Amino acid sequence: MDVDNLIEMANRIGQFFDSMPDRAEAVDSVADHIRRFWEPRMRLAILAALDNPEASASMEPIVREALSLHKADLQPKTAPA
Amino acid sequence: MSNTINGCGSGNCACKSAASVQRRDPLDETDYGTPLRHADIDVTLEIDGESVTVPAGTSVMRAAIEAGVNVPKLCATDSLEPWGSCRLCLVEIEGKRGYPASCTTPVEAGMKVRTQTDKLQSLRRNVMELYISDHPLDCLTCPANGDCELQDMAGVVGLREVRYGYEGANHLKDKKDESNPYFTYDPSKCIVCNRCVRACEETQGTFALTIAGRGFESRVAASENVPFMESECVSCGACVAACPTATLQEKTVIMLGQAEHSAITTCAYCGVGCSLKAEMKGNTVVRMTPNKNGQANEGHACVKGRFAWGYATHKDRIKKPMIRAKITDPWREVSWDEAIDYAASEFRRIQDKYGRDSIGGITSSRCTNEETYLVQKLVRAAFGNNNVDTCARVCHSPTGYGLKTTLGESAGTQTFASVEQSDVIIVMGANPTDGHPVFGSRLKRRVREGAKLIVIDPRRIDIVDTPHVKAQYHLQLRPGTNVAMVNSLAHVIVTEGLLKEDFIAERCEARAFGQWRDFVAKEENSPEAMEAITGVPAQQVREAARVYALGGNGAIYYGLGVTEHAQGSTAVMGIANLAMATGNVGREGVGVNPLRGQNNVQGSCDMGSFPHELPGYRHIGDAAVRSLFEEAWDVKLQPEPGLRIPNMFDAAMHGTFMGLYCQGEDIVQSDPNTQHVADALSSMECIVVQDIFLNETAKYAHVLLPGSTFLEKDGTFTNAERRISRVRKVMPPLAGYSDWEVTIKLSRALGYEMNYANPSEIMDEIARLTPTFHGVSYDRLDELGSIQWPCNEKAPDGTPTMHIDEFVRGKGRFVITKFIATPEKVTRKYPLLLTTGRILSQYNVGAQTRRTENSQWHDEDRLEIHPVDAQDRGIKMDDWVGIESRAGQTVLRAKISERMQPGVVYTTFHFPESGANVITTESSDWATNCPEYKVTAVQVMPVEQPSQWQKDYSRFNTQQLELLSLATTTSSGK
Repeated sequence: MDVDNLIEMANRIGQFFDSMPDRAEAVDSVADHIRRFWEPRMRLAILAALDNPEASASMEPIVREALSLHKADLQPKTAPA
Repeated sequence: MSNTINGCGSGNCACKSAASVQRRDPLDETDYGTPLRHADIDVTLEIDGESVTVPAGTSVMRAAIEAGVNVPKLCATDSLEPWGSCRLCLVEIEGKRGYPASCTTPVEAGMKVRTQTDKLQSLRRNVMELYISDHPLDCLTCPANGDCELQDMAGVVGLREVRYGYEGANHLKDKKDESNPYFTYDPSKCIVCNRCVRACEETQGTFALTIAGRGFESRVAASENVPFMESECVSCGACVAACPTATLQEKTVIMLGQAEHSAITTCAYCGVGCSLKAEMKGNTVVRMTPNKNGQANEGHACVKGRFAWGYATHKDRIKKPMIRAKITDPWREVSWDEAIDYAASEFRRIQDKYGRDSIGGITSSRCTNEETYLVQKLVRAAFGNNNVDTCARVCHSPTGYGLKTTLGESAGTQTFASVEQSDVIIVMGANPTDGHPVFGSRLKRRVREGAKLIVIDPRRIDIVDTPHVKAQYHLQLRPGTNVAMVNSLAHVIVTEGLLKEDFIAERCEARAFGQWRDFVAKEENSPEAMEAITGVPAQQVREAARVYALGGNGAIYYGLGVTEHAQGSTAVMGIANLAMATGNVGREGVGVNPLRGQNNVQGSCDMGSFPHELPGYRHIGDAAVRSLFEEAWDVKLQPEPGLRIPNMFDAAMHGTFMGLYCQGEDIVQSDPNTQHVADALSSMECIVVQDIFLNETAKYAHVLLPGSTFLEKDGTFTNAERRISRVRKVMPPLAGYSDWEVTIKLSRALGYEMNYANPSEIMDEIARLTPTFHGVSYDRLDELGSIQWPCNEKAPDGTPTMHIDEFVRGKGRFVITKFIATPEKVTRKYPLLLTTGRILSQYNVGAQTRRTENSQWHDEDRLEIHPVDAQDRGIKMDDWVGIESRAGQTVLRAKISERMQPGVVYTTFHFPESGANVITTESSDWATNCPEYKVTAVQVMPVEQPSQWQKDYSRFNTQQLELLSLATTTSSGK
């Protein structure tokens, strides 16, 4: 998958939820959105990008936080095949 | 939860008569002469000695006809207000002088009416004698023969001679107007009953027709007495349907004569889902007429549904399955079995090589619910993954997300008829008179009756200022600023104390509401602060917000101008916020109403076409729901969401998505950034396209399976008001199989058995597995005419209005909708904003309408540009202009138009060679990936020649058409 595009998409999701007054709820919502709507390939790619300092730096802080905090949740229940 | 069909239960109110009309036999074709009246009280009178009870306000004519006495009539028909000009429906009323016209006389309690006396007999015969003295006597060769009310009435009144002769002044030599491709106007047959003029006004609301001249000179005239095609006529056919003679007559009837049988079916064009009557001779359609009992359209239609069905038998139809190894190879015609086996073996080969998740399918929002359901079932059960999506991805996916999040259900809240009870109507990012014309006519009628109209749109669309309809406010915002606008409206409602506090307290989540109220109240959301962004004067926004909040029943209708944005889902939620904040949800006349694009886009979403949802909008990750389907389908389902259409393209470019089954959808023409889509398709190893034509996507396909039109299959469509209506087969599939049968074959070839003898069995399975469909069956549809879901134990007759006592999700949820400017920004290089849309006569990618005479109204896509922008660039009307964006370049002819605002240009995407989507980018809605078709930064300059893309396209297209013409038959059989 195109990681730059995925990061762009995740940033846009992050920007939306960033306006919630309850920070914990906002962070959870970012992760929940990605878990509910992103196919495993996309999730694995963005989780991998989290470990790449350059890619990670291009993420909105809320996205980085959500991915880090919910890393386990975002792992696909079944491996992509 | 009950619904309005049962009324309030008092038995003494207007909803009682509303209930009776809904209960009318769907096959009752009686013309009751004057419209049904709803009234709180009933009136009992006596007609020909029999006691008759009708709602107050009913005409004597209607009362008589309801009682079974068919009073003669010519100028009256129950779709139009009475006119009282033909003098045929005269009656005698005890105690009243003279002979009143029964159509214009309202019933009174105790009235004693006689419909037949010697005097009435003589008066009627005399009237008819005058009519016939100036009417051609060519009944035997007249196209209306067998369907002429004048002829019928001459028979009814017992006309035996015309004492005046036929030699006096007459209109018999008046010239026919044959300019319209679908109907003729023959003034020699006109009886000046005014029905066409009134239909154009009352039913359609275009006011193109009038009666020119006075007295004997009186004749129907289009606009200023010009040929119909040069007039303002929009060819909806309302006048033709209303004409009692052959004066306005379908050309197909002139050619073929009257139909010998008919079937009620549902239009396959826009999301209004008009009920149509297919009038047939054998397997030939004679004409398509609007079904007067159709609850979505109530006897109206538009130039597409009524006339543009000729594509079904167009020579370009694909009639044989075809395969090829590479897209540079000629097509080979093969048997169905060979094509299906080849497709199945390719899919399995790809899965073996690249993995289970390397293939997927796209369901068609033009196909039936049953077909869509089968394709998603095939993907989930036979492909073994969830890589299924539908064209709603690129149109109303934000509606699904936004309304589910706020209200709890991914659908509009009302019936179309509900608009008749609206006091304030907001039309936002929708162009109903072009995109949803039959609803547009309803809307215009309501505005003529006095409802206030607020239009929020970057363009001055027709409804802003059209005969007898004028928007009170046109908030002409900059493209891409919907959320800023919605927040400003909300700001005014919150800060000026216009909230419906009791509704909110009772019906909505308090915490979310409090957070939202604090958010919108911020100064940054005020109309004054947002004025620089939206470009709309703050005062106008304030006034419009007050009108919506305080003006009575407020309804919001919105379209793709809301959803197809980087903040599409945010805007939908913002609209739902507005409706909840003002208490405008849960009754007639209000609500949040998405105007859906394609005929069955609501249905395809309902049927589980999204990769994350099973039928009925239930998440694939929900183990309980999954196990229900696993048990019914006898298969293990994947618990993770699949790829959405743009994700499929992305995965294809990275070599992990290599095969696609695409039913009835033209992604190459309709999806944004054409070159990216074409590159993605070119990198796949097997694309199976099932379509009625060699569409743009099929030019990249390896297997082409002939599709069937809506005339060739049984099934159901679901329109934008959640209305499920039957589609009925009136001719055999041209290539042997309906689309649902082809999907079954493919599934079987993949080793997954599907057993359905008839689409009704598929619907039974859907009903069994989907709580909102539990009560739906073909028998119930036949009984009720159509059903609005949810239809189940709680609402056995369906649910016209949703969220009546509580929201589907329980408490309504306000959502904070912060405005975030789209990344698609104007720059010095790309200083203009392009927005794209549709036009009345063409539909979507145009594959159907371009193959009809509708192209006479629109035969090329133009670039609309404001005079100032045109002058700055030295562009004149009809000049060729190049349009360049970050994604690509194309060339169109310019149309200079003040409908545009400076800085904004517009085009349609109905013709593939236009390449409108070569320019649009992959910028998309944050929540659903719905593309941002409505905002693309571009530069426009005069040019001398087509763009490089267009030259390449022309070459590629020529090559692909040649490869089709080289198709050779290698084996026989069906």
